[in-house]
Amino acid sequence: MSTDTVSNATSTPDVEQPWAELGLKPDEYQRIRDILGRRPTSCELAMYSVMWSEHCSYKSSKVHLRKFGDIPQETPAGKMLAGIGENAGVIDIGEGYAVTFKVESHNHPSYVEPYQGAATGVGGIVRDIIAMGARPVAVMDPLRFGPLDAPDTKRVLPGIVSGVGGYGNSLGLPNIGGEVVFDPTYLGNPLVNALCIGVMRHEDLHLANATGVGNQMILYGAKTGGDGIGGVSVLASETFAEGGPTKRPAVQVGDPFMEKLLIECTLELFAAKVVEGIQDLGGGGLSCATSELASAGDGGMRVSLDKVPLRDASLSPEEILMSESQERMMACVTTDNVEEFLKICAKWDVQADVIGEVTDTGRLEIDWHGERVVDVLPETVAHEGPVYNRPYARPDWQDDLQADGAEKLPRATTGTELRDTLLKLVASPNLCDKSWVTDQYDRYVLGNSVLAQPEDSGMIRVDETSGLGVAVSTDCNGRFAKLDPYTGAKLALAESYRNVATTGARPAAVTDCLNFGSPEDSGVMWQFTEAIRGLVDGCIELGIPVTGGNVSFYNQTGETPILPTPVVGVLGVIDDVTRRTPIGFTAEMEGHQLYLLGETEEELSGSEWAHVVHGHLGGRPPAVDLAAEQQLADILINASRDGLIDAAHDVSDGGVAQTLVESALRGGVGARVWAPDGLDPFLFLFAESAGRAVVAVPRTEEVRFTDMCTARRFPHAKIGVITGDSLDVQDQFELPLTELRTAWTRTLPAVLS
Amino acid sequence: MARVVVDVMLKPEILDPQGKAVHGAFGRLGFDGVADVRQGKRFEITLDGEATEERVAEIRKAADTLLANPVIEDYTLHVEGDAQ
Repeated sequence: MSTDTVSNATSTPDVEQPWAELGLKPDEYQRIRDILGRRPTSCELAMYSVMWSEHCSYKSSKVHLRKFGDIPQETPAGKMLAGIGENAGVIDIGEGYAVTFKVESHNHPSYVEPYQGAATGVGGIVRDIIAMGARPVAVMDPLRFGPLDAPDTKRVLPGIVSGVGGYGNSLGLPNIGGEVVFDPTYLGNPLVNALCIGVMRHEDLHLANATGVGNQMILYGAKTGGDGIGGVSVLASETFAEGGPTKRPAVQVGDPFMEKLLIECTLELFAAKVVEGIQDLGGGGLSCATSELASAGDGGMRVSLDKVPLRDASLSPEEILMSESQERMMACVTTDNVEEFLKICAKWDVQADVIGEVTDTGRLEIDWHGERVVDVLPETVAHEGPVYNRPYARPDWQDDLQADGAEKLPRATTGTELRDTLLKLVASPNLCDKSWVTDQYDRYVLGNSVLAQPEDSGMIRVDETSGLGVAVSTDCNGRFAKLDPYTGAKLALAESYRNVATTGARPAAVTDCLNFGSPEDSGVMWQFTEAIRGLVDGCIELGIPVTGGNVSFYNQTGETPILPTPVVGVLGVIDDVTRRTPIGFTAEMEGHQLYLLGETEEELSGSEWAHVVHGHLGGRPPAVDLAAEQQLADILINASRDGLIDAAHDVSDGGVAQTLVESALRGGVGARVWAPDGLDPFLFLFAESAGRAVVAVPRTEEVRFTDMCTARRFPHAKIGVITGDSLDVQDQFELPLTELRTAWTRTLPAVLS
Repeated sequence: MARVVVDVMLKPEILDPQGKAVHGAFGRLGFDGVADVRQGKRFEITLDGEATEERVAEIRKAADTLLANPVIEDYTLHVEGDAQ
């Protein structure tokens, strides 16, 4: 087949092109022709189709994501040094340090090939962090699956978990948190979100652009092969037909040992100051890297595609442009530094080749063996893709759903019934022990993990001398988001914020991974816009910015979308990690007083209780009061700093009962508790009102602690004391910890082992 | 007793980190002139009795679901006369 050059395209305007197969709509194809003033070459068509896909162009979400710009770009910790639009957001955390963090989705590839899909998800987010100039220090993975007992979950879950572990462990990065959630809507569409945290000195910050005419463009890392060709546009933009995937595109396979070399090599390149601009190659491969680097720079770029080192010599130029081979990066380097750059790469056994240079033409020109196959304005590929104002409307069923509250469902009343309910909840897939999953991850490698799952947030020490550290939590209750996407998104933000504060860190910034169904469904689009509105309002009220993230649409099986799942990651800063607050009740805390902070309301809709006991989803989610969340966070942070509390655990899924069970089993000591005055024991145990935490206060600090809460007029009630080897709910029931532990731990192994 | 042999290879377009590592070792140990290495797996399955059409079909099913991951791997299957 002869090469489709620019001059060939000009002289053969009427050639039929496979734009529909590449996922373009008729008007999008026409727009490409209008932009170019001719038909695109097949290479140009490949580039536009990849870059204008939903995954790369954010064409359905762009108009809504702009609202994140309304949030003041300052954090309580320090300045935001890079925000949305860069590879990952960066914030100043003091002492000359900056941290970067971001969460991304790898949902569809992980359904097709669970192990490699999840593994390359981790690899991709780690490269985003390296590209900012930071050393990756930890990862976290919020995961969502279909029902635990569904046959396909047994295929998907073990593969995804070992993929996350296999890649992260091989890289030598601790996995310090995340989530494992089960819901029927994720059965044909599991969610694999991957978050990475990196640390750097301020002066090491690097941005993605290609400036300086004559500077050389170097592609380094793995060779380019036929992996995931069209993976982005095909995998991320179309749903799987019922009855399994009908097309199985080439899957990308990751090589964590190559990625480890890439990390060390890149950090040495930065240290040697031989890099002007840099970008990782992720979704969209070379099409994305060349067009984005060129349009972020000040000139054009010329690339010789035949200089790209290939693993498979038979690849066509179109395929090279679309290949999503993993573990590749592209750097812009001054001519003087090329030799040094290549020397450092050679030292790490990393292949590096000059494939092009920055020009002053303002155009992205790509040649294949001397013939021009691409000649475009880079910004038309990278940034001026279609933007859709998709219609959105509150679904008809929303009113009926909200009218059907769980508060009217029959509840346990006697002590025995409450005991049985608690045991049933503790053993349910969403609340049970997740060690089967998290034990496959290394959480202590690198030696700076202060807290990891099952703590409220993962915490990493940044500076060994001062004890400066960061904490990160990711949360989302998709059922709440389904009942009310606006409030649900705020609740996800509130929970993540609270989890960070509970460990003693001050929340500073947000990253989000917005997982939704098809944007072509007006009801889904409404959920999406409401969730964004909730996040923006919530962030403004809490005074923390969104620094970056990712949108994943088309998460649905047939016509059934997943629960709207806006996963929110909050990063907090702690001055001294030795002051962190763990969740466990330990032997040294025997006799400590337990306080419940916050108000408990009759809020059961969307709760784990309604889900597990009644299989019910309806009503309105718990009310969210962000001013109260802020007050609670202040109390938790100050109490931790001043040594007023020795343990704290947030109250969320499963209510106070679950909080107490987790704290008791974590530390191995039980508690005697009672419902505070006027509170129904059932609601005390199982209501899921937001803005609450249980804290363990030493007797000697009790007065100071209650004075602090009183002075701030924050609701606090004594609910018990740490003691013994059982959970004793006075006047109701007593459950030995051994029995609780058995119920809590056996669920996952029973199905998966 | 018949023997069925299943050879599993990663599909040609799929990255093979192990093969790549072996290829690297070739060069380091002085074995020159090797353009590429791809590594696969071989399964030798000894049957109770003859390799009837049904039995081989059964093994083929096992190869599809257990021995190979058809999303990223191809396999070939052949019957080798009598095993000792």
